[in-house]
Amino acid sequence: MTTPNEARPTSRSGNGIKLTLAWLAVGVPLLWGVVETLRKAMALFA
Amino acid sequence: MAGLLSKERTIAGPGFTRWLIPPCALATHLCIGQAYALSVFNLPMTRQLGVTHSIPGDWRLTELGWIFTIAIFVLGASAALFGKWVQAVGPRKSGFVAALCWGIGFLVGALGIKTHQLWLVYLGYGVIGGCGLGIGYITPVSTLISWFPDRRGMSTGMAIMGFGGGALIASPLSDFLMRHFATPTSTGVVQTWIVLGIVYLLFMMGGAFGYRVPPDGWKPAGWVPPPEKAKTLITQHNVTPGDAVKTPQFWLLWVVLCFNVTAGIGVLGQASAMIQEMFKGRIAPSAAAGFVGLLSIFNMGGRFGWASLSDKIGRKATYMCFFAIGTAMYALVPLTGKIGSPALFVACFCVIISMYGGGFATIPAYLSDVFGTKYVSAVHGRLLTAWSAAGVLGPVLVNYIRQFQIDHGIPKNQAYNITMYIMAVLLVIGFFANLVVKPVAERYHERTVPVGGPGDRRVTV
Repeated sequence: MTTPNEARPTSRSGNGIKLTLAWLAVGVPLLWGVVETLRKAMALFA
Repeated sequence: MAGLLSKERTIAGPGFTRWLIPPCALATHLCIGQAYALSVFNLPMTRQLGVTHSIPGDWRLTELGWIFTIAIFVLGASAALFGKWVQAVGPRKSGFVAALCWGIGFLVGALGIKTHQLWLVYLGYGVIGGCGLGIGYITPVSTLISWFPDRRGMSTGMAIMGFGGGALIASPLSDFLMRHFATPTSTGVVQTWIVLGIVYLLFMMGGAFGYRVPPDGWKPAGWVPPPEKAKTLITQHNVTPGDAVKTPQFWLLWVVLCFNVTAGIGVLGQASAMIQEMFKGRIAPSAAAGFVGLLSIFNMGGRFGWASLSDKIGRKATYMCFFAIGTAMYALVPLTGKIGSPALFVACFCVIISMYGGGFATIPAYLSDVFGTKYVSAVHGRLLTAWSAAGVLGPVLVNYIRQFQIDHGIPKNQAYNITMYIMAVLLVIGFFANLVVKPVAERYHERTVPVGGPGDRRVTV
Protein backbone atom coordinates (compact mmCIF):
# COMPACT_ATOMS: atom_id res chain seq x y z
CA MET A 1 0.00 0.00 0.00
CA THR A 2 1.44 3.34 -0.94
CA THR A 3 0.09 6.55 0.50
CA PRO A 4 -0.89 9.15 -2.06
CA ASN A 5 1.81 11.44 -0.75
CA GLU A 6 4.54 8.89 -1.13
CA ALA A 7 3.32 7.60 -4.47
CA ARG A 8 3.78 11.00 -6.08
CA PRO A 9 6.67 10.86 -8.55
CA THR A 10 9.66 12.82 -7.34
CA SER A 11 11.29 15.19 -9.78
CA ARG A 12 14.90 14.64 -10.80
CA SER A 13 16.01 17.91 -9.15
CA GLY A 14 14.06 17.06 -5.98
CA ASN A 15 15.89 13.75 -5.78
CA GLY A 16 19.20 15.46 -6.41
CA ILE A 17 18.72 17.88 -3.51
CA LYS A 18 17.58 15.09 -1.18
CA LEU A 19 20.51 12.92 -2.19
CA THR A 20 23.03 15.71 -1.65
CA LEU A 21 21.64 16.60 1.78
CA ALA A 22 21.40 12.97 2.89
CA TRP A 23 24.96 12.14 1.87
CA LEU A 24 26.29 15.39 3.37
CA ALA A 25 24.57 14.61 6.68
CA VAL A 26 26.47 11.35 7.05
CA GLY A 27 29.55 12.16 4.97
CA VAL A 28 30.65 15.32 6.76
CA PRO A 29 30.81 13.80 10.29
CA LEU A 30 32.48 10.68 8.90
CA LEU A 31 35.08 12.73 7.04
CA TRP A 32 35.74 14.79 10.17
CA GLY A 33 36.25 11.58 12.17
CA VAL A 34 38.64 10.16 9.56
CA VAL A 35 40.69 13.38 9.42
CA GLU A 36 40.91 13.59 13.24
CA THR A 37 41.98 9.94 13.43
CA LEU A 38 44.57 10.36 10.69
CA ARG A 39 46.01 13.38 12.51
CA LYS A 40 46.51 11.20 15.61
CA ALA A 41 47.86 8.36 13.52
CA MET A 42 50.59 10.66 12.19
CA ALA A 43 52.32 10.27 15.58
CA LEU A 44 53.13 6.72 14.53
CA PHE A 45 55.23 8.00 11.64
CA ALA A 46 56.82 10.96 13.48
CA MET B 1 2.18 7.03 15.23
CA ALA B 2 1.68 3.27 14.73
CA GLY B 3 0.45 3.91 11.20
CA LEU B 4 3.34 6.19 10.45
CA LEU B 5 5.78 3.46 11.40
CA SER B 6 4.06 0.64 9.53
CA LYS B 7 5.87 -1.18 6.77
CA GLU B 8 3.12 -0.31 4.28
CA ARG B 9 3.80 3.42 4.76
CA THR B 10 7.43 2.92 3.76
CA ILE B 11 6.85 1.43 0.31
CA ALA B 12 8.66 3.69 -2.14
CA GLY B 13 6.72 5.58 -4.76
CA PRO B 14 7.69 6.02 -8.41
CA GLY B 15 10.82 8.08 -8.95
CA PHE B 16 12.39 7.16 -5.65
CA THR B 17 16.13 6.67 -5.95
CA ARG B 18 17.66 3.72 -4.11
CA TRP B 19 20.80 5.77 -3.36
CA LEU B 20 18.85 7.50 -0.58
CA ILE B 21 18.83 4.26 1.43
CA PRO B 22 22.57 3.92 2.22
CA PRO B 23 22.71 7.33 4.01
CA CYS B 24 19.79 6.18 6.21
CA ALA B 25 21.64 2.97 7.02
CA LEU B 26 24.79 4.97 7.71
CA ALA B 27 22.85 7.29 10.03
CA THR B 28 21.96 4.25 12.12
CA HIS B 29 25.34 2.53 12.03
CA LEU B 30 27.47 5.67 12.55
CA CYS B 31 25.61 6.20 15.84
CA ILE B 32 25.69 2.66 17.21
CA GLY B 33 29.33 2.35 16.13
CA GLN B 34 30.08 4.59 19.11
CA ALA B 35 30.33 1.33 21.09
CA TYR B 36 33.86 0.83 19.77
CA ALA B 37 34.88 4.18 21.30
CA LEU B 38 33.47 3.51 24.76
CA SER B 39 36.97 3.13 26.18
CA VAL B 40 37.52 6.92 25.95
CA PHE B 41 35.32 7.18 29.07
CA ASN B 42 37.26 4.56 31.04
CA LEU B 43 39.79 6.78 32.77
CA PRO B 44 37.43 9.73 33.52
CA MET B 45 34.90 7.27 34.94
CA THR B 46 37.50 5.87 37.34
CA ARG B 47 37.67 9.32 38.97
CA GLN B 48 34.03 10.33 39.03
CA LEU B 49 34.22 10.99 42.79
CA GLY B 50 37.79 12.21 43.01
CA VAL B 51 37.59 14.16 39.69
CA THR B 52 41.37 14.77 39.43
CA HIS B 53 42.37 11.34 40.73
CA SER B 54 40.71 8.11 41.88
CA ILE B 55 39.65 7.97 45.52
CA PRO B 56 38.22 5.09 47.57
CA GLY B 57 34.71 4.37 46.29
CA ASP B 58 35.55 5.27 42.71
CA TRP B 59 34.88 2.60 40.07
CA ARG B 60 37.72 0.32 38.96
CA LEU B 61 38.63 -0.35 35.32
CA THR B 62 37.69 -4.02 35.69
CA GLU B 63 34.17 -3.02 36.79
CA LEU B 64 33.84 -0.57 33.92
CA GLY B 65 34.98 -3.17 31.39
CA TRP B 66 31.71 -4.99 31.99
CA ILE B 67 29.71 -2.15 30.42
CA PHE B 68 31.14 -2.97 26.98
CA THR B 69 31.00 -6.72 27.54
CA ILE B 70 27.29 -6.57 28.49
CA ALA B 71 26.50 -4.30 25.54
CA ILE B 72 28.17 -6.63 23.02
CA PHE B 73 26.57 -9.69 24.57
CA VAL B 74 23.12 -8.05 24.46
CA LEU B 75 23.83 -6.95 20.86
CA GLY B 76 24.19 -10.58 19.76
CA ALA B 77 21.31 -11.79 21.92
CA SER B 78 18.87 -9.08 20.85
CA ALA B 79 19.78 -9.43 17.17
CA ALA B 80 19.03 -13.15 17.45
CA LEU B 81 15.87 -12.61 19.50
CA PHE B 82 14.37 -9.70 17.54
CA GLY B 83 15.65 -10.60 14.05
CA LYS B 84 12.33 -12.07 12.96
CA TRP B 85 10.43 -9.07 14.35
CA VAL B 86 12.77 -6.64 12.56
CA GLN B 87 12.12 -8.49 9.31
CA ALA B 88 8.35 -8.45 9.87
CA VAL B 89 7.83 -4.81 10.87
CA GLY B 90 10.23 -3.24 8.38
CA PRO B 91 13.11 -0.81 8.77
CA ARG B 92 11.23 2.28 9.90
CA LYS B 93 9.67 0.78 13.02
CA SER B 94 12.77 -1.21 13.96
CA GLY B 95 15.00 1.81 13.27
CA PHE B 96 12.69 3.91 15.47
CA VAL B 97 12.92 1.37 18.31
CA ALA B 98 16.70 1.09 17.92
CA ALA B 99 16.99 4.89 18.14
CA LEU B 100 14.87 4.96 21.29
CA CYS B 101 16.87 2.18 22.94
CA TRP B 102 20.24 3.70 22.03
CA GLY B 103 19.29 7.25 23.08
CA ILE B 104 17.50 6.21 26.27
CA GLY B 105 20.36 3.83 27.07
CA PHE B 106 22.72 6.79 27.18
CA LEU B 107 20.34 8.85 29.32
CA VAL B 108 19.79 6.03 31.84
CA GLY B 109 23.56 5.45 31.87
CA ALA B 110 24.12 9.17 32.53
CA LEU B 111 21.73 8.94 35.47
CA GLY B 112 23.74 5.97 36.76
CA ILE B 113 27.00 7.93 36.50
CA LYS B 114 25.45 10.99 38.14
CA THR B 115 24.10 8.96 41.10
CA HIS B 116 27.17 6.67 41.09
CA GLN B 117 25.07 3.53 40.65
CA LEU B 118 27.04 1.22 38.39
CA TRP B 119 24.14 -1.22 37.99
CA LEU B 120 22.18 1.59 36.39
CA VAL B 121 25.00 2.13 33.87
CA TYR B 122 25.03 -1.60 33.12
CA LEU B 123 21.26 -1.49 32.66
CA GLY B 124 21.25 1.73 30.61
CA TYR B 125 24.18 1.39 28.24
CA GLY B 126 24.65 -2.37 28.51
CA VAL B 127 21.12 -3.75 28.36
CA ILE B 128 18.88 -1.00 26.91
CA GLY B 129 21.64 0.41 24.69
CA GLY B 130 22.69 -3.16 23.81
CA CYS B 131 19.18 -3.80 22.45
CA GLY B 132 19.56 -0.62 20.38
CA LEU B 133 22.86 -1.99 19.08
CA GLY B 134 21.40 -5.37 18.10
CA ILE B 135 18.19 -4.07 16.53
CA GLY B 136 19.97 -1.14 14.86
CA TYR B 137 22.70 -3.36 13.45
CA ILE B 138 20.34 -5.65 11.53
CA THR B 139 17.70 -3.02 10.68
CA PRO B 140 19.07 -1.87 7.30
CA VAL B 141 20.44 -5.22 6.08
CA SER B 142 17.34 -6.67 4.46
CA THR B 143 16.25 -3.31 3.04
CA LEU B 144 19.65 -2.70 1.44
CA ILE B 145 19.73 -6.18 -0.11
CA SER B 146 16.22 -5.64 -1.50
CA TRP B 147 17.28 -2.35 -3.11
CA PHE B 148 20.67 -3.59 -4.31
CA PRO B 149 20.22 -7.22 -5.41
CA ASP B 150 22.93 -6.52 -7.98
CA ARG B 151 25.40 -5.15 -5.38
CA ARG B 152 24.56 -6.91 -2.13
CA GLY B 153 28.10 -6.84 -0.81
CA MET B 154 28.74 -3.19 -1.58
CA SER B 155 25.43 -2.00 -0.11
CA THR B 156 25.63 -3.88 3.19
CA GLY B 157 29.36 -3.17 3.33
CA MET B 158 28.59 0.53 3.14
CA ALA B 159 26.19 0.33 6.10
CA ILE B 160 28.42 -1.87 8.22
CA MET B 161 31.34 0.42 7.36
CA GLY B 162 29.36 2.98 9.37
CA PHE B 163 29.65 0.78 12.44
CA GLY B 164 33.43 0.92 12.09
CA GLY B 165 33.33 4.64 11.29
CA GLY B 166 31.12 5.49 14.27
CA ALA B 167 34.08 5.15 16.60
CA LEU B 168 36.13 7.56 14.50
CA ILE B 169 33.49 10.23 15.11
CA ALA B 170 32.60 9.32 18.70
CA SER B 171 36.15 9.27 20.00
CA PRO B 172 37.16 12.88 19.18
CA LEU B 173 33.60 14.12 19.77
CA SER B 174 33.47 12.60 23.27
CA ASP B 175 36.91 13.97 24.02
CA PHE B 176 35.82 17.46 22.91
CA LEU B 177 32.56 17.31 24.90
CA MET B 178 34.25 16.09 28.09
CA ARG B 179 36.80 18.92 27.91
CA HIS B 180 33.97 21.38 27.26
CA PHE B 181 31.88 20.25 30.24
CA ALA B 182 34.71 19.50 32.68
CA THR B 183 34.87 21.74 35.75
CA PRO B 184 36.99 21.54 38.92
CA THR B 185 34.15 19.48 40.45
CA SER B 186 33.10 17.37 37.45
CA THR B 187 34.73 15.17 34.82
CA GLY B 188 32.04 16.18 32.32
CA VAL B 189 31.12 12.55 31.56
CA VAL B 190 27.47 12.89 32.67
CA GLN B 191 26.82 15.91 30.47
CA THR B 192 28.66 14.26 27.56
CA TRP B 193 26.47 11.16 27.80
CA ILE B 194 23.31 13.30 27.86
CA VAL B 195 24.39 15.24 24.76
CA LEU B 196 25.43 12.05 22.95
CA GLY B 197 22.14 10.36 23.86
CA ILE B 198 20.07 13.23 22.45
CA VAL B 199 22.21 13.70 19.32
CA TYR B 200 22.20 9.97 18.53
CA LEU B 201 18.46 9.74 19.14
CA LEU B 202 17.74 12.54 16.67
CA PHE B 203 20.23 11.34 14.07
CA MET B 204 18.95 7.76 14.17
CA MET B 205 15.35 8.99 13.99
CA GLY B 206 16.27 10.87 10.82
CA GLY B 207 17.62 7.64 9.36
CA ALA B 208 14.60 5.60 10.49
CA PHE B 209 12.11 7.95 8.83
CA GLY B 210 14.16 8.05 5.64
CA TYR B 211 13.93 4.28 5.03
CA ARG B 212 11.80 3.05 2.14
CA VAL B 213 11.23 -0.51 0.99
CA PRO B 214 10.88 -1.35 -2.70
CA PRO B 215 7.45 -2.38 -4.03
CA ASP B 216 6.92 -6.13 -4.57
CA GLY B 217 8.70 -7.39 -7.64
CA TRP B 218 10.91 -4.29 -7.99
CA LYS B 219 14.35 -4.77 -9.48
CA PRO B 220 17.00 -2.37 -10.78
CA ALA B 221 16.46 -1.25 -14.36
CA GLY B 222 18.10 -3.65 -16.78
CA TRP B 223 19.15 -6.11 -14.09
CA VAL B 224 18.40 -9.77 -14.65
CA PRO B 225 18.86 -12.19 -11.75
CA PRO B 226 21.70 -14.61 -12.53
CA PRO B 227 20.42 -18.07 -13.50
CA GLU B 228 20.59 -20.57 -10.66
CA LYS B 229 23.20 -23.22 -11.43
CA ALA B 230 23.54 -26.51 -9.64
CA LYS B 231 26.90 -25.68 -8.10
CA THR B 232 26.53 -21.97 -7.37
CA LEU B 233 25.90 -20.80 -3.82
CA ILE B 234 23.55 -18.03 -4.91
CA THR B 235 20.00 -19.25 -4.55
CA GLN B 236 16.69 -17.80 -5.74
CA HIS B 237 14.93 -19.75 -2.97
CA ASN B 238 14.38 -18.73 0.63
CA VAL B 239 15.04 -20.59 3.86
CA THR B 240 13.09 -19.55 6.97
CA PRO B 241 15.15 -18.58 10.05
CA GLY B 242 13.85 -21.65 11.89
CA ASP B 243 15.01 -23.96 9.13
CA ALA B 244 18.26 -22.06 8.52
CA VAL B 245 19.60 -22.95 11.96
CA LYS B 246 18.96 -26.63 11.19
CA THR B 247 21.30 -26.57 8.22
CA PRO B 248 25.04 -27.34 8.39
CA GLN B 249 25.63 -24.23 6.27
CA PHE B 250 24.41 -21.96 9.09
CA TRP B 251 26.79 -23.49 11.61
CA LEU B 252 29.69 -23.52 9.17
CA LEU B 253 29.14 -19.80 8.58
CA TRP B 254 28.81 -19.35 12.36
CA VAL B 255 32.32 -20.82 12.74
CA VAL B 256 33.58 -18.72 9.81
CA LEU B 257 32.34 -15.48 11.41
CA CYS B 258 33.29 -16.46 14.95
CA PHE B 259 36.91 -17.36 14.12
CA ASN B 260 37.41 -14.42 11.78
CA VAL B 261 36.13 -12.06 14.49
CA THR B 262 38.02 -13.82 17.31
CA ALA B 263 41.28 -13.33 15.46
CA GLY B 264 40.68 -9.58 15.09
CA ILE B 265 38.83 -8.59 18.24
CA GLY B 266 41.49 -9.80 20.67
CA VAL B 267 44.12 -7.81 18.84
CA LEU B 268 42.02 -4.65 18.62
CA GLY B 269 41.66 -4.51 22.39
CA GLN B 270 45.37 -5.04 23.01
CA ALA B 271 46.88 -3.25 20.01
CA SER B 272 48.36 -0.34 21.95
CA ALA B 273 49.99 -2.51 24.64
CA MET B 274 51.14 -5.09 22.09
CA ILE B 275 53.09 -2.70 19.86
CA GLN B 276 54.70 -1.03 22.87
CA GLU B 277 55.72 -4.34 24.44
CA MET B 278 56.96 -5.94 21.23
CA PHE B 279 59.08 -2.90 20.34
CA LYS B 280 60.02 -1.68 23.80
CA GLY B 281 61.62 1.75 23.85
CA ARG B 282 60.94 2.36 20.16
CA ILE B 283 57.18 3.07 20.25
CA ALA B 284 55.95 5.91 22.47
CA PRO B 285 52.40 5.83 23.92
CA SER B 286 51.35 8.59 21.50
CA ALA B 287 52.62 6.55 18.55
CA ALA B 288 50.77 3.50 19.93
CA ALA B 289 47.58 5.58 20.07
CA GLY B 290 48.25 6.53 16.45
CA PHE B 291 48.55 2.83 15.61
CA VAL B 292 45.12 2.17 17.17
CA GLY B 293 43.68 5.04 15.10
CA LEU B 294 45.22 3.62 11.94
CA LEU B 295 43.68 0.22 12.71
CA SER B 296 40.26 1.88 13.07
CA ILE B 297 40.59 3.35 9.59
CA PHE B 298 41.56 -0.01 8.10
CA ASN B 299 38.73 -1.65 10.04
CA MET B 300 36.30 0.80 8.44
CA GLY B 301 37.84 0.77 4.96
CA GLY B 302 38.02 -3.04 4.94
CA ARG B 303 34.28 -3.23 5.51
CA PHE B 304 33.48 -1.34 2.34
CA GLY B 305 36.42 -2.55 0.26
CA TRP B 306 36.24 -6.29 0.90
CA ALA B 307 32.43 -6.41 0.80
CA SER B 308 32.43 -4.58 -2.56
CA LEU B 309 35.10 -6.95 -3.87
CA SER B 310 32.92 -9.89 -2.85
CA ASP B 311 30.36 -8.78 -5.46
CA LYS B 312 33.03 -9.44 -8.10
CA ILE B 313 34.82 -12.55 -6.82
CA GLY B 314 32.07 -14.15 -4.71
CA ARG B 315 31.63 -14.45 -0.94
CA LYS B 316 33.31 -17.82 -0.59
CA ALA B 317 36.43 -16.64 -2.41
CA THR B 318 36.49 -13.47 -0.30
CA TYR B 319 36.52 -15.47 2.94
CA MET B 320 39.18 -17.76 1.45
CA CYS B 321 41.30 -14.61 1.05
CA PHE B 322 40.62 -13.59 4.67
CA PHE B 323 41.66 -16.95 6.04
CA ALA B 324 44.64 -17.59 3.75
CA ILE B 325 46.13 -14.09 3.95
CA GLY B 326 45.21 -13.80 7.65
CA THR B 327 47.01 -17.04 8.50
CA ALA B 328 50.13 -15.83 6.71
CA MET B 329 49.98 -12.44 8.45
CA TYR B 330 49.57 -13.91 11.95
CA ALA B 331 52.42 -16.32 11.32
CA LEU B 332 54.55 -13.37 10.18
CA VAL B 333 53.92 -11.17 13.25
CA PRO B 334 56.41 -12.94 15.60
CA LEU B 335 59.03 -12.53 12.88
CA THR B 336 58.45 -8.76 12.78
CA GLY B 337 59.32 -8.66 16.48
CA LYS B 338 62.37 -10.86 15.94
CA ILE B 339 63.80 -8.69 13.16
CA GLY B 340 62.68 -5.51 14.96
CA SER B 341 60.50 -4.07 12.19
CA PRO B 342 57.59 -2.00 13.55
CA ALA B 343 56.70 -0.99 9.96
CA LEU B 344 56.14 -4.62 8.96
CA PHE B 345 54.24 -5.22 12.21
CA VAL B 346 51.94 -2.27 11.47
CA ALA B 347 51.44 -3.41 7.87
CA CYS B 348 50.51 -6.96 8.99
CA PHE B 349 47.93 -5.71 11.46
CA CYS B 350 46.44 -3.19 9.07
CA VAL B 351 45.76 -6.04 6.63
CA ILE B 352 44.47 -8.30 9.44
CA ILE B 353 42.08 -5.64 10.75
CA SER B 354 40.82 -4.77 7.28
CA MET B 355 39.81 -8.43 6.94
CA TYR B 356 38.25 -8.41 10.41
CA GLY B 357 35.98 -5.57 9.27
CA GLY B 358 35.53 -7.21 5.87
CA GLY B 359 34.28 -10.36 7.58
CA PHE B 360 31.49 -8.47 9.33
CA ALA B 361 30.50 -6.59 6.20
CA THR B 362 30.48 -9.54 3.80
CA ILE B 363 28.47 -11.95 5.96
CA PRO B 364 24.98 -10.48 5.26
CA ALA B 365 25.52 -10.86 1.51
CA TYR B 366 26.89 -14.38 2.06
CA LEU B 367 23.76 -15.25 4.05
CA SER B 368 21.46 -13.83 1.40
CA ASP B 369 23.30 -15.87 -1.25
CA VAL B 370 22.96 -19.10 0.73
CA PHE B 371 19.57 -18.68 2.45
CA GLY B 372 17.82 -16.22 0.12
CA THR B 373 16.95 -12.57 0.64
CA LYS B 374 13.51 -12.90 2.23
CA TYR B 375 14.57 -13.60 5.81
CA VAL B 376 18.14 -12.34 5.69
CA SER B 377 17.81 -9.94 8.66
CA ALA B 378 16.43 -12.68 10.88
CA VAL B 379 19.07 -15.21 9.85
CA HIS B 380 21.77 -12.55 10.21
CA GLY B 381 20.49 -11.74 13.69
CA ARG B 382 20.87 -15.37 14.74
CA LEU B 383 24.34 -15.60 13.24
CA LEU B 384 25.49 -12.58 15.25
CA THR B 385 25.62 -14.82 18.34
CA ALA B 386 28.98 -15.81 16.81
CA TRP B 387 30.09 -12.23 17.50
CA SER B 388 29.07 -12.55 21.16
CA ALA B 389 31.10 -15.77 21.43
CA ALA B 390 34.09 -14.19 19.70
CA GLY B 391 33.82 -11.16 21.99
CA VAL B 392 34.62 -13.47 24.89
CA LEU B 393 37.00 -15.88 23.12
CA GLY B 394 39.27 -13.29 21.45
CA PRO B 395 40.25 -11.16 24.46
CA VAL B 396 40.54 -14.28 26.66
CA LEU B 397 42.96 -15.92 24.22
CA VAL B 398 45.12 -12.81 23.90
CA ASN B 399 45.14 -11.73 27.55
CA TYR B 400 45.33 -15.05 29.35
CA ILE B 401 47.91 -16.68 27.09
CA ARG B 402 50.07 -13.55 27.31
CA GLN B 403 49.86 -13.64 31.11
CA PHE B 404 50.58 -17.39 31.16
CA GLN B 405 53.67 -16.82 29.04
CA ILE B 406 54.94 -13.99 31.25
CA ASP B 407 54.31 -16.05 34.39
CA HIS B 408 56.50 -18.77 32.87
CA GLY B 409 59.44 -16.44 32.32
CA ILE B 410 58.91 -15.54 28.63
CA PRO B 411 60.10 -11.94 27.92
CA LYS B 412 57.23 -9.48 27.31
CA ASN B 413 58.30 -8.81 23.72
CA GLN B 414 57.81 -12.52 22.92
CA ALA B 415 54.72 -13.08 25.07
CA TYR B 416 52.33 -12.71 22.10
CA ASN B 417 54.04 -15.22 19.81
CA ILE B 418 52.05 -18.28 20.88
CA THR B 419 48.80 -16.26 20.67
CA MET B 420 49.62 -15.28 17.10
CA TYR B 421 50.16 -18.92 16.14
CA ILE B 422 46.87 -19.90 17.85
CA MET B 423 45.08 -17.18 15.86
CA ALA B 424 46.66 -18.59 12.69
CA VAL B 425 45.34 -22.06 13.59
CA LEU B 426 41.83 -20.64 14.17
CA LEU B 427 41.96 -19.09 10.72
CA VAL B 428 43.03 -22.42 9.19
CA ILE B 429 39.95 -24.03 10.79
CA GLY B 430 37.84 -21.16 9.42
CA PHE B 431 39.35 -21.76 5.97
CA PHE B 432 38.17 -25.37 5.94
CA ALA B 433 34.75 -24.50 7.40
CA ASN B 434 34.28 -22.03 4.54
CA LEU B 435 35.64 -24.50 2.00
CA VAL B 436 32.92 -27.07 2.73
CA VAL B 437 29.99 -24.62 2.51
CA LYS B 438 27.67 -26.01 -0.19
CA PRO B 439 24.23 -24.90 -1.42
CA VAL B 440 21.42 -25.59 1.05
CA ALA B 441 19.56 -28.85 0.43
CA GLU B 442 16.26 -28.44 -1.39
CA ARG B 443 14.24 -29.85 1.53
CA TYR B 444 15.01 -26.69 3.52
CA HIS B 445 13.68 -24.33 0.82
CA GLU B 446 10.51 -22.47 1.72
CA ARG B 447 7.80 -23.87 -0.49
CA THR B 448 5.03 -21.58 -1.65
CA VAL B 449 2.04 -22.73 -3.65
CA PRO B 450 2.12 -21.07 -7.10
CA VAL B 451 0.19 -17.79 -7.14
CA GLY B 452 -3.40 -18.37 -8.29
CA GLY B 453 -2.93 -22.13 -8.33
CA PRO B 454 -5.08 -24.62 -6.44
CA GLY B 455 -4.77 -24.05 -2.72
CA ASP B 456 -2.99 -20.73 -3.19
CA ARG B 457 -2.59 -19.40 0.34
CA ARG B 458 0.97 -18.19 -0.11
CA VAL B 459 2.00 -19.77 3.11
CA THR B 460 5.15 -21.44 4.20
CA VAL B 461 4.68 -25.18 4.19
